[in-house]
Amino acid sequence: MKDTDIKRLLYTHLLCIFSIILSICIPSFFLENFSILETHLTWLCICSVSVTAVNLVLYLIVKPNASSKRSSISYKVTRFLKCCIYFLMSCFFFHVIFVLYGAPLIELVLETFLFAVILSTFTTVPCLCLLGPNIKAWLRVFSRNGVTSIWENSLQITTISSFIGTWLGAFPIPLDWERPWQVWPISCTLGATFGYVAGLVISPLWIYWNRKQLTYKNN
Amino acid sequence: MRLGSGAFAACCVVIEVLGVALFLRGFFPAPVRSSSRAEQRAEPAAPEPSAGASSNWTKLPPPLFKKVVIMLIDGLRDDFVFGSKGVKFMPYTTYLVEKGASHSFVAEAKLPTVTMPRIKALMTGSLPGFIDVVRNLNSPELLEDNVITQAKAAGKRIIFYGDETWVKLFPKHFVEYDGTTSFFVSDYTEVDDNVTRHLDKVLKRGDWDVLILHYLGLDHIGHVSGPSSPLIGHKLREMDSILMKIHTSLLSEERETLVPNLLVLCGDHGMSETGGHGASSMEELNTALILISSAFERKPGDIRRPKHVQQTDLAATLAIGLGLPIPGNSVGSLLFPTVEGRPVREQLRFLHLNAVQLSKLLQENVPSYEKAGTRSGDGLFLNGSLPAHTAAVFPSQVLSLLLLSIPEALSNKAELEVPLWSPVFSLLFYLTLLVLSALHVIVCTSAESSCYFCGLSWLTAGGVMVLVSALLCAVVSALAKTFGDGKFLSKNSAHPKPRWSELDVLILLGTMGHVLSLGASSFIEEEHQTWYFLINTLCLALCHEIYRNCLLRDDSEPQQCPHVEEEFIRTAAALQDRSTGCDTLEPHGVSRSLTSLDTLRGYEKWMVLASPWVILTCCRLLRSLNQTGVQWAHRPDLGHWLTSSDHKAELSVLTALSLIVIFALVQRKCSLTSKVALALGLLGVYCYRAAIGNVLFPWQQDSKDISKGVIEARFVHVFVLGILFTGTKDLLKSQVIATDVTIKTVGLWEIYSGLVLLAALLFRPHNLPVLVFSLLIQTIMTKFIWKPLRHDAAEITIMHYWFGQAFFYFQGNSNNIATVDISAGFVGLDTYIEVPAVFLTAFATFAGPVLWASHLVSFLSSETSSGSALSHACFCYALICSFPVSAYIILVTSLRYHLFIWSVFSPKLLYEGMHILITAAICVFFTAMDQTNTKS
Repeated sequence: MKDTDIKRLLYTHLLCIFSIILSICIPSFFLENFSILETHLTWLCICSVSVTAVNLVLYLIVKPNASSKRSSISYKVTRFLKCCIYFLMSCFFFHVIFVLYGAPLIELVLETFLFAVILSTFTTVPCLCLLGPNIKAWLRVFSRNGVTSIWENSLQITTISSFIGTWLGAFPIPLDWERPWQVWPISCTLGATFGYVAGLVISPLWIYWNRKQLTYKNN
Repeated sequence: MRLGSGAFAACCVVIEVLGVALFLRGFFPAPVRSSSRAEQRAEPAAPEPSAGASSNWTKLPPPLFKKVVIMLIDGLRDDFVFGSKGVKFMPYTTYLVEKGASHSFVAEAKLPTVTMPRIKALMTGSLPGFIDVVRNLNSPELLEDNVITQAKAAGKRIIFYGDETWVKLFPKHFVEYDGTTSFFVSDYTEVDDNVTRHLDKVLKRGDWDVLILHYLGLDHIGHVSGPSSPLIGHKLREMDSILMKIHTSLLSEERETLVPNLLVLCGDHGMSETGGHGASSMEELNTALILISSAFERKPGDIRRPKHVQQTDLAATLAIGLGLPIPGNSVGSLLFPTVEGRPVREQLRFLHLNAVQLSKLLQENVPSYEKAGTRSGDGLFLNGSLPAHTAAVFPSQVLSLLLLSIPEALSNKAELEVPLWSPVFSLLFYLTLLVLSALHVIVCTSAESSCYFCGLSWLTAGGVMVLVSALLCAVVSALAKTFGDGKFLSKNSAHPKPRWSELDVLILLGTMGHVLSLGASSFIEEEHQTWYFLINTLCLALCHEIYRNCLLRDDSEPQQCPHVEEEFIRTAAALQDRSTGCDTLEPHGVSRSLTSLDTLRGYEKWMVLASPWVILTCCRLLRSLNQTGVQWAHRPDLGHWLTSSDHKAELSVLTALSLIVIFALVQRKCSLTSKVALALGLLGVYCYRAAIGNVLFPWQQDSKDISKGVIEARFVHVFVLGILFTGTKDLLKSQVIATDVTIKTVGLWEIYSGLVLLAALLFRPHNLPVLVFSLLIQTIMTKFIWKPLRHDAAEITIMHYWFGQAFFYFQGNSNNIATVDISAGFVGLDTYIEVPAVFLTAFATFAGPVLWASHLVSFLSSETSSGSALSHACFCYALICSFPVSAYIILVTSLRYHLFIWSVFSPKLLYEGMHILITAAICVFFTAMDQTNTKS
């Protein structure tokens, strides 16, 4: 674990943040009346697509984990398909959790589902990129003392901060301020986004501060 | 003195209850009014200003009307008369409003929208204090200046029929009266027939000047079945025919005497969309007010919207109309349209009288109520900075004592040294006491008796001061001890603190967050959302813990059976995926390979993994059963769907099913006798619901005869008492004989099942699923979460508390007086008897927390792993309950100038006060159980 690694981590994270900023700025040149609050669903789609794309590209360029031994085309294709299925399942899983938390069951289905999609983008997509469709590895990373590299460590931090952001994002909903961003699910998606960005910023810094204490098994 | 931590906590909570009671007394004072009442009446009416032509008109003007009939219909919301319902069901009234000689208004009631304060407001014209909500149940005589007293002094003969509250308020004022009790909510025909039966005689007689009729039926229908019930239409039609009868009789009399009479139709408060009242929604505040008299001009074709006026305006108008002086504390202004037909000079005279009265009221009140004057006038506690809020010290002292003794109380011994006797004899104690009494004497003798403690008797004040200073000393010595220990610990030991699990962090943050959220009015209105959110998160955290536990157990033996681990992970993944679709599980062959991992059998393991999801689903279903709060209260919910009269069959099936499931879940640990009693009792519950017409028997197609169901309810009461008695007997036996723990466990479970049976009787039929799911969740948590994961007593207690709070809201309660179901207080009672009615209502309201707490007792005592579990639990329960109360009291004190202090914060304060009282009872019960435990 060298400083160069941390630097690479920082750059990739900055690129991710940049992609979110772009997803806010760019569409207003092409689409009329685009704004985060009013055309929220459009923004959700664009943001999700751009973050996914940037994550994939970065994964292909940086290749944080050593390349797998088998690399036949068929293996890659099945792996990719598996990833897609996992992503879809995580979307449905989050949707169910939101409904359990009290989201309306029948009304606003599309809104709730897109919210689930964006949360999956922030959490599941990096997991899939880094760890592949391997639940075992996921459970390892997200249990105590289970991380084996700074990439996994930063993944842990960003994912947890996205969840916490979403959780905190629900707080303003009952307040009677009657602001446009209090409408379901805008405050939660914004919370998730802020949480994700905060995680992206915090994780390189945190790893940098604690680089002396951090020792990974496989490094 | 050494005390068990349970007993210590119980003492603390009892003291805290005293403190809260003291605070409430100071916070909601009996309204203070102008002191010079007697003189006011004696002094002559204000002379007319002598501008212009000379005049010596110092007498009161003669009455405008000969007879006045006040027809007060409880809960008459404005749209029942002026809206589409009025047009449909009250044709005569609509005719009078549109074409007759009448003036119609929408009278706006002030908080609290409960009958007794509203009657006071109508008759005195003043604004009653908030605490009249509580006194609504027990109304003392009205001593303030009011129209009725004035009329009696002027020799008018007043006749009253209707709500008994009036008779209590004006005990010697009526020459003839017949009071009907207002609390038997499920009766809505007889109360009104009792009023109407006198009407024919009285109208013929004509030896009276004022007739007051108070009809309760409409409000009762609202309480029982809501404002959209078809019964409302029938009742309105009945009221319309009564109004017609009175009006025609008055008109025929006028033809003989040629002096106009006045007929007033008004409501005291409105009715919310759920049928209750007490809060501040528009539907509850707006009432109809119609003045009918031949003295008014006819106004054909006038279809303006009725003007909005204040309810208090009626007192001034009635006084003018009857030729009486306006009540001294009235803040209302004369309804000017009523005097428009008079000569201009008289009109001016009336306005002048009203103005003089109002300015006198202002002069009397302004010097001492500068701050209150800017508010609506009922915020009378605001004067005097020191007094009432000193009581807020009490609960916070108790809380800090509890907090400081956490480490000791939760140690293995569960005993702690209470620094009680040494501080009592210390110097600090006497110094504090001396300072406090000196302050008391100074304040009470110098200020013009505005001190709150001066209102108390000397003995009470002295007791309070002794208690405050003793508590202060106890806190100081505990503080000193903690600091001493802390230094000692940090010096000699570097033993690592036990790491906090995620669950502990969540519990701590959740508690803190909930307490902080009480500072915002919206979060109080929507407190149920906070609790639902917290228990959801709790379930997810438990889910995480369960899955991780399984994984860690796998990790410990990966070498031996690596494939098992993989297998398990695959199953976990499959479970996760499955749970997205549905929560049903069919254990496959996989479970066989899992048996080696745990002592649990495969099926049980599956249940452990599935249980958080089952609980989450239950909570989601319950959440859509009753919409409460303010913002989303109007949303359609299952409860409304079930209670609507079209879905009686579905409700019956649901009720029967719920009762069967309740029996199946509760009977497991009961003895045979109580099993039989429980079964019969639950059968009786169904019979009771069928008798009062909520549900149907399969052989009975339409509900013809609806009774009060007194016999059926008493039948159930007998079984409740029987089961409770058996339980108590077992407990006593276990204490005396001290043989084995099983008798005690059975006894506790029987007490618990008796409470469940009582709750089943008192809950509305559509709320029975709440009880079912509560039992179901308790069973699942006991079997599959608490036992396998081995949580400690503190965690289990706090989880019980959280679920108890959530179930308080699941059953449809909110922090709003209107949602208290007072009909529960009359189950099995023929007439209103105060003590049982209050007890039953309180139990029905707080059934969720009480049932969870009693489950906690029986669960912990059946787990004999550690002897100190019960006292730990008692301590934790006391701590976690007193934390919100103490913080809330401080918050309310600092927010006392908030705009919503009366509509949002005060009702919540009353709920919190009631909650701490119930907590005290629970803690005492805990301690009693604990004592028997240590003895045996």
